[in-house]
Amino acid sequence: MSSIVSVSDVTKVFKTKDGDFEALKGINLEVEEGDIYGIIGMSGAGKSTLVRCFNFLERPTSGRVIVEGKDLAELTEKELREQRSRIGMIFQNFNLLMQKNVLDNVCFPLTTRGVKKSEAKKRAKELLDMVGLSDKEKSYPTMLSGGQKQRVAIARALATNPRILLCDEATSALDPQTTASILALLKKINQELGITIIVITHQMNVVREICNRVGIIEEGELVENGTVEQVFTHPKSRAARKLIIGGRNELDSEWSTGVISELHEEKKIRIVFSENSSYEPVISNMIMTIGCPVNILRADTKSVNGKAKGEMILGLPQEKDAQNSIIEYLKDHNLDVEEVTGDVE
Amino acid sequence: MWSSTVIEMIQKGILESLYMTLLSTLFAYVIGLPWGVALVVFNQGGLKPKNGIYRVLDVLANIMRSIPFLIMLILLIPVTVFIVGTSIGTTATVVPLTVAAAPMIARMVESSVQEVDQGVIEAAQSMGASNWQIIIHVLLVEARVSLISGATICVGTILGYSAMAGIVGGGGLGDIAIRYGYYRYQKDIMIVTVVLLVLLVQVFQLVGNITAMKMDKRRR
Ligand SMILES: Nc1ncnc2c1ncn2[C@@H]1O[C@H](COP(=O)(O)OP(=O)(O)OP(=O)(O)O)[C@@H](O)[C@H]1O
Ligand SMILES: [Mg+2]
Repeated sequence: MSSIVSVSDVTKVFKTKDGDFEALKGINLEVEEGDIYGIIGMSGAGKSTLVRCFNFLERPTSGRVIVEGKDLAELTEKELREQRSRIGMIFQNFNLLMQKNVLDNVCFPLTTRGVKKSEAKKRAKELLDMVGLSDKEKSYPTMLSGGQKQRVAIARALATNPRILLCDEATSALDPQTTASILALLKKINQELGITIIVITHQMNVVREICNRVGIIEEGELVENGTVEQVFTHPKSRAARKLIIGGRNELDSEWSTGVISELHEEKKIRIVFSENSSYEPVISNMIMTIGCPVNILRADTKSVNGKAKGEMILGLPQEKDAQNSIIEYLKDHNLDVEEVTGDVE
Repeated sequence: MWSSTVIEMIQKGILESLYMTLLSTLFAYVIGLPWGVALVVFNQGGLKPKNGIYRVLDVLANIMRSIPFLIMLILLIPVTVFIVGTSIGTTATVVPLTVAAAPMIARMVESSVQEVDQGVIEAAQSMGASNWQIIIHVLLVEARVSLISGATICVGTILGYSAMAGIVGGGGLGDIAIRYGYYRYQKDIMIVTVVLLVLLVQVFQLVGNITAMKMDKRRR
């Protein structure tokens, strides 16, 4: 496997009125072909700045960015534009052309590259079909919902057949359900078209949902970098722990220490582990995703080749919503869930 | 009420006013549109920041806009004579009108183009569009509603200037108003010409507003 994006010692210094500001402080990272690579960090950490270095919308102050084997700094303006058309990008605010209809928006990157209008239209229609918007081609962006706009933006970003798709907070302006559908679409694009995707987000569940590898960036430094599994189960940095534990509720990262003992469980459930579930990540991931603690009342499990087998009884918090989402989450992860009445023991 | 010669004169005045206004608007846009776009493109944070060029264009616009139109009219007489061959009449008036309107249009265009969402420009860059393509297909298209509104205002102002040019024998409705109303005390003719000028401005405004609205795909 080869790196499709390789970043070495990249720094970015912004000159501001109050002096120089070092937004990136020597970033090294490799994205492999076919990855869905997540870059996560708090607001102002430098995520956007970093991802904009991948297509030279931002020129690094120093360091090298190599994309598909080409050092971006060595390209001429024309070559750089050519290369950019092989790197799709989507944004939090969609950035569609408001005065052009959906079809023309998707045609735009093609016609600017000299593709004939009729051919561009044909390709645009295929793409709109793929993102599920073929009935909207004559609509203008104002008439679309946020999720639809992002689908148009995705179709537009893919028009030139890029090998890489950069997503800067692509789901941050969307509600959870729409987010899920956009993430599913990105996953499909990754799997079916083999496009490498780089996802920037401050939402932990986005990473959990689609990424295979993740980097955590804090104050311009890459403090964590590895598979999602590695980073989430063994976070090394303070920033990672803060993001992972406080993933659902950034202001309140304290609950993991104190609140559990104050739980009054109304409902108890028994979950049964089968072959395909390793219990430790499932439970801890569930806690992080739902953002709500549970009490492990009894666990009777043993590890077989690193996989858990057996059963566990959990005490759930009082809120109905939380209970339901916990049960749903566990079922979604192939666990058998049943309610337990009476005392455990 | 009036003799047919007066009516004919007023009709001719309307046509002359339209001729001066529309022709100078056209010429002024030929200069002012690229000027305004250049102000945005060469400014810091623009597509191609070039501080030197920006400074020159900026200062020039300020200077030209601060010269009162009547003074401009007089200062430009030699230039007008050089280009048109005379400094009197409707065609001659087009020269100072164009020169006075161009920097105003540049500013209008500048503020319209500046409104275009930076994110959309970035998106175009990320797709590999060149600066020229961004100017033609993104900046001017996304700003078109605002550009049309600006043009409407400019046409109204230029019509007003063209009336002022009547003082130095520029022709058009302004010329009639001054000759009859001011020098000969024929108030009725002056009032009619003023009403006609007001009506013309109204018509331009209406046409401009409707065009802008029809073009705006952000509505509905
Ligand atoms: N053009 C610029 N000039 C000066 N400072 C900048 C510029 N762009 C970004 N910065 C600064 O660099 C830092 C990183 O910005 P960046 O946009 O990369 O953050 P981010 O991680 O994407 O944050 P968010 O989650 O809020 O989008 C911020 O402190 C920001 O103020
Ligand atoms: Mg950002």
